[in-house]
Amino acid sequence: MTTSTVTAATSATTPGPSAAPDPARTRLRRRVARWGFVAPAVVFMLLFFGYPLVRNVLMSFQHYTPKTFFTGEAPFNGTDNWSSVFQDVLFGKALWHTLVFTAGSLLGQFCIGLALAVFFNRRFPLNGVLRSLILLPWLVPMVVSGIVWRRILDQDTGVLNTFLGTLGLDGDTPWLTSPDMALLSVILVNIWIGIPFNMVILYGGLQEIPKELYEAAALDGASAWRTFRSITLPLLKPVITVVLVLGFMSTVKILDLILALTDGGPADATQTLGTLTYQNSFVELDFGAGAVVGNVLIIVSAVFAVFYLRANRTEGK
Amino acid sequence: MAAHVPTAARRRWGSTVAGVLVLGVMLFPLYWMLNTALQPESGLLQVDPVPDGLDLSGFTKALDDQGGHLLTSLVVSFGAVAICLAISAPAAYGLARFGLRGSRTIVFGTLITQMVPGIVIANALYNSYVDLGLVNSYVGLMLADASLGIPFSIVLMRSFMVSIPGEVVEAAEIDGAGPVRTFLRVVLPMSRNSLITSGLFAFLFSWSDFMFALTLNTTDDVKPITLGIYQYIGAHVGDWGSVMAASVLSAVPAAILLVLAQKYIAAGITGGSVK
Repeated sequence: MTTSTVTAATSATTPGPSAAPDPARTRLRRRVARWGFVAPAVVFMLLFFGYPLVRNVLMSFQHYTPKTFFTGEAPFNGTDNWSSVFQDVLFGKALWHTLVFTAGSLLGQFCIGLALAVFFNRRFPLNGVLRSLILLPWLVPMVVSGIVWRRILDQDTGVLNTFLGTLGLDGDTPWLTSPDMALLSVILVNIWIGIPFNMVILYGGLQEIPKELYEAAALDGASAWRTFRSITLPLLKPVITVVLVLGFMSTVKILDLILALTDGGPADATQTLGTLTYQNSFVELDFGAGAVVGNVLIIVSAVFAVFYLRANRTEGK
Repeated sequence: MAAHVPTAARRRWGSTVAGVLVLGVMLFPLYWMLNTALQPESGLLQVDPVPDGLDLSGFTKALDDQGGHLLTSLVVSFGAVAICLAISAPAAYGLARFGLRGSRTIVFGTLITQMVPGIVIANALYNSYVDLGLVNSYVGLMLADASLGIPFSIVLMRSFMVSIPGEVVEAAEIDGAGPVRTFLRVVLPMSRNSLITSGLFAFLFSWSDFMFALTLNTTDDVKPITLGIYQYIGAHVGDWGSVMAASVLSAVPAAILLVLAQKYIAAGITGGSVK
């Protein structure tokens, strides 16, 4: 190694026939060194993202039992896992809950986030301080937020019902304990968590829109709503796509929040594809069934990843 | 004209008042967490809107029960940050500058990783970890938590390093510095801000991690605070004061970072997601 460095260095100053093989070798060495920068990350991502994808497909065709981890045996069992998962009523429920949860969360987060972004896009005292403090809910560990809300939403002694009671409203709402209410409550809490993220990204997008456009619209006497519809929304469109797709991908796979709030209950009313994967694999130790649900979750995400990549490509232009 | 100015000023302060109200609603649950933590006697009863006095016994109890888990979280998170930066900073530089064949595919793959659900990763990882003896180990959890920050960090740092002028790097190379030295002495110091932002987010991702902690641990050996609190509510149903005190403690790093490193956080949210 050291000698070749020396020859490479001298050959640069003394041209001659002996120098002929060296440029090729230095080029090779440089290429190896350059790949050395990227290789660890590629290996890591293959191990922690690529391999699990492949392994999950394999696992979904294998029979896992609690004994597997002592014997190491998980024989292939054809499509048994797939058919038993698809025949389970719970799977259909979980799929439906996932879609409702994702759509409801995104709608709420986005609309409120956009409204706040427009609000903060005006100039007023303390704007910057207020805007950064609003981020706090997003930075607290999600499982912790879930636990705090569990206390707030408690039917008998939670502060929300106490508050509603003093207003003369129904102060006895079973937010998390009634199967009819639980999914809605979980969505509402997730909206609260997602508002800051939506607001910050949309605010960044609004800041990019040239002020002159608004001045021109004002000169033409356009109403606020008209200005919003004809200037703000069209110019914000790329950012809107990105925020919705990123929101989708983080919402569809949710697990922490639901475990902290309801553990998937009551009566499986808040079971989603994420929690069902967890329950199959890590509670019942049926990793084959867990892998099936996980694969469905990936397929759902992949469909939307196409939208994401499209959005990303238009962003790059 | 003269009357116009005060009206505008008043309207601006009106917006500030509205903004404070919005903030109040958004932060109310966090206030309630602190408020409940300061009323450890309330147990399963209703909590008063404002604590009577400064009763810190909930915090002492939470520290006794959960202090070790806070420490575990800290160790795991710092380890995850170190792994994350050591892997993603060179990669970001390589992808930004070297024009390697396949760079585009790698960047594309990095973006794709964001759609792989964590529970799917855990599902496969648990099985490999059992074979490798990494279940219930610090290294195992650090590696898994590092995976939360690596794609984000590569994308963020790469988009910054692309903008480092080529002449700066070439000048270093003419002075005889190899690629490694150029990277360490020239590129990294210039990328300080994006490095800090990446590190910060890697820390937050790892600190907030619950799923890997839950799935890759079967004993109490390596239990971060998120898992600690989750199991705490199972075991201490009547003791909401201590649970909330532990929650407050787990939120402290986020609060500190928000105050000290506000500009990096805002930059990270927009830069990491839009680019």
